[in-house]
Amino acid sequence: MRISVTVNGVAQERDVDPRTLLVHFLREELDLTGTKIGCDTSQCGACTVHLDGKALKSCTLLAAQADGANVTTIEGLAVDGEHHPMQTAFWENHGLQCGYCTPGMIMATTAFVEDNPGASEEAIRHNLEGNICRCTGYHNIVKAVKQVADAAAGGD
Amino acid sequence: MSTRIFGSGIKRREDPRLITGEARYTDDIKLPGVLHMAVVRSPYAHANIVGINSSAAEAMDGVVAVFTGEDVDLAGIPTAWLIPDSDLKTPEHPALAKGKVRYVGDGVAIVLAEDRYTAQDAADAVEVEYEELPVVVDPEAAAQDGAPQLFDDVENNIAFRWVMGDKAASDGVFNTADVVVRDKIVQQRLLPTAMEPRSAMAQYNSATQELTLWCTSQNPHIHRFIISAVTGLNENKVRVIAPEVGGGFGSKIPCYPDEALVSWAAIKLGQPVKWTETRSENYQITIHGRDHIQYVEMAASRDGKLLGVRATVYAGMGGYLSTAAPGIPTILHGLLYVGPYMMDSVYCESIGVMTNATPTDAYRGAGRPEATFLLERMVDMVAKRIDMDPAELRRKNLIPAFEDGYEVATTLIYDSGDYPAAFEKALGIAGYDDFRSQQAEARADGRYLGIGITAYTEMCGLGPSQVAGAVGFQGGLWESATVRVTPTGKVQALIGASPHGQGSETTLAQIIGDELGFPVEDIEVIHGDTTETPMGWGTYGSRTTPVTGAALAQASRKLKEKARVLAAHLMEAAVEDIEYDDGKFVVKGSPDNFQSIQDVALMAHLAWNMPEGMDPGFEESQFYDPPNFVYPFGTHIAIVEVDANTGDIELKRYIAVDDCGPQINPEIVAGQIHGGVVQGVAQALCEGVIYDDNGQLLTGTMMDYTVPRADMFPNFELGDTVTPSPHHPIGVKGVGETGTIASTPTVYNAVLDALAPFGVEGIDMPMTPAKVWQAIQSAGS
Repeated sequence: MRISVTVNGVAQERDVDPRTLLVHFLREELDLTGTKIGCDTSQCGACTVHLDGKALKSCTLLAAQADGANVTTIEGLAVDGEHHPMQTAFWENHGLQCGYCTPGMIMATTAFVEDNPGASEEAIRHNLEGNICRCTGYHNIVKAVKQVADAAAGGD
Repeated sequence: MSTRIFGSGIKRREDPRLITGEARYTDDIKLPGVLHMAVVRSPYAHANIVGINSSAAEAMDGVVAVFTGEDVDLAGIPTAWLIPDSDLKTPEHPALAKGKVRYVGDGVAIVLAEDRYTAQDAADAVEVEYEELPVVVDPEAAAQDGAPQLFDDVENNIAFRWVMGDKAASDGVFNTADVVVRDKIVQQRLLPTAMEPRSAMAQYNSATQELTLWCTSQNPHIHRFIISAVTGLNENKVRVIAPEVGGGFGSKIPCYPDEALVSWAAIKLGQPVKWTETRSENYQITIHGRDHIQYVEMAASRDGKLLGVRATVYAGMGGYLSTAAPGIPTILHGLLYVGPYMMDSVYCESIGVMTNATPTDAYRGAGRPEATFLLERMVDMVAKRIDMDPAELRRKNLIPAFEDGYEVATTLIYDSGDYPAAFEKALGIAGYDDFRSQQAEARADGRYLGIGITAYTEMCGLGPSQVAGAVGFQGGLWESATVRVTPTGKVQALIGASPHGQGSETTLAQIIGDELGFPVEDIEVIHGDTTETPMGWGTYGSRTTPVTGAALAQASRKLKEKARVLAAHLMEAAVEDIEYDDGKFVVKGSPDNFQSIQDVALMAHLAWNMPEGMDPGFEESQFYDPPNFVYPFGTHIAIVEVDANTGDIELKRYIAVDDCGPQINPEIVAGQIHGGVVQGVAQALCEGVIYDDNGQLLTGTMMDYTVPRADMFPNFELGDTVTPSPHHPIGVKGVGETGTIASTPTVYNAVLDALAPFGVEGIDMPMTPAKVWQAIQSAGS
């Protein structure tokens, strides 16, 4: 079937097998391999992207379901070569080690902070439930997200 | 005055590619015409293969070929740690099962197809007829007479029986001790769960007979060695590339059948072949950790002197012996039985047992967490028995500070330590002296607080090659590195080790920057490609910073000496008059008269004006074989609260004081500890593999296996002490595994401390709310 999706601001039209998962469409059809696959049961969140502004796990969506939608992946988060504040915060706070969960973490937490500026540490930890990191023990991820959440609330 | 780069918590050099999605992991790499491999895996834990019918699969559109074990002419997958004096059996491990499967997930056939989905569909269409056989998954049960036998040539499934210590002497200590405590401890199976599943892609050039294998490896040079051995290709015709690798925790050390199969298929079909496991596949076939059943005893005097420890360990090996598996419950385990304590008697009998389960191998800590757990569990039991405060008992028995060598009963010579300093510091941060009164008040209110303490040391930075040979490791344990400076003064550091998340590109650049004065921005650390990098044995055992770091420091020092001589020559000064100051070679007493390291590098390349006898170029290599292990140490403390009504455990505080010598990058050190602690706490509280009696993996997905989440943890409270290793060029010790080694018993003992009013004596890990609640009910009845 034929689908049209805008990915990172670029309109894409492709014929896809109806059963193609969005994550495979992004990775294999569009060569956007920044989005990762870490499980097959929608727990790990490594495949998180934004679909019409909402953070979603692209392994639980068919590419066909994204027809007509606007998708942003980790590759599309920086604007004019400037890192998104969440990317900067992960870097500054040593919020990543092997980096495999990182694209999903960043996509999930940018959407979360947008909806929850000034979120508490407890809320941040709770919200990370859908994203698994095996390296950092979450400590510095929480620190990074808190930094952005505080800034979003008008703090310094 | 610039800040010294050594010791600075600079941002990691690897992060820009990782936070933007630009990094390339194995599955991200594409080759034109690549075929996808799917593996038909056994749904039975133990069965004879009666027949395989692949005609339906072969007939599918897009399927190129199907092969079975009879087609694949690879040598068996080898075991590479042949522990001596243990009657070791190394049963054949074919890349695809021949005639018999031995665990759920054992490969039976491979399908090659034009895309991933078709390959999987076709794998599902391969019909395999099995004849089921009796199954055994418990390692102790598997070693008994009458248990189902996995291999004809491995009697009672016992692959090895390893003994450490003098049994008669140990018996003497235990027979005469005032106090003996004992417990059966089950170190449950764990799933390493590196976030990146394993993947492999091979390409073969039939004209040059060169094979390139991209794979998720912690040690590409070992993979090259083994792939060469199993395919029969010359080692210099095999190039193994570990691109970006998304965590390993030991699970990407072994060479698995899958890497061999993509290589074989790429050669056979003349097309590149890729395989990437799913998470469910990862949980079935990528190695598991732990799986020890420990019968352990500790002897002590009535006044609290620890006298000895002894244990019988049944270690589950799974269906085949994985690459390093025999070394884990033996060398890396028993040798740590003294821990940080003055204790003169040790005895260990470790029995490696084949079972109908996924092969086990090194998982973060590898043998040392299991040793530390049993020691710390026993110490708490002794404290309870003699009614002594557990902190006081530890304090009384800690080895006093030493700077250069302390030989213990296991024959190890610890390099340096100040265990009491780290111990008191941790107790101070925790406010231990006040805790007991808070605990008493809380109990009066029906709240159950508990505290657990672990004092530990561990052996890492593996290790002297002579020792590796003596204990049967089929390789060396040195590392090599080259520091290559370009004419424009930029550095390429080539290393044989293969970091996969540790931040070594940053840490190692800091070492070179500190030695030679290059800004770290000008230093690229290149790793993970057997053709581009010098030989190395890999990244595991907390060895890359200590071993590769030493090689780089020494290579840098050679360059510095060359630079000093060349600078003196260029400035027409005596070599003795040249002083080094942060990247500059300065004529003594004449600060404006200097050559920068970049100036010298250029002149060494141009070679227009060299001193007599000096070769051109600006590059040095160093092989470094450590003279001893390094022994980081510390004390961890956990404070928990248990809800007696629900069994729920809240980890309220976690304090870690670790000493890994001088810290090159404190942020990276802290990150290693955070992550390690969470993995260890997870063993105590939530993670555990469950097999049913038929050998079916019930925890086969992330829905069923509880990988810890962010909301289980408080912010960690870290402290440190700094005790340099006396034998190391820059004094550093490893820190990759300490968190995992220390944290499991810390939290376990804290929970039992909280439950003391109920008389709960022990709970099998993981201590889930249901088990805790049940233990409270049972103890109270």
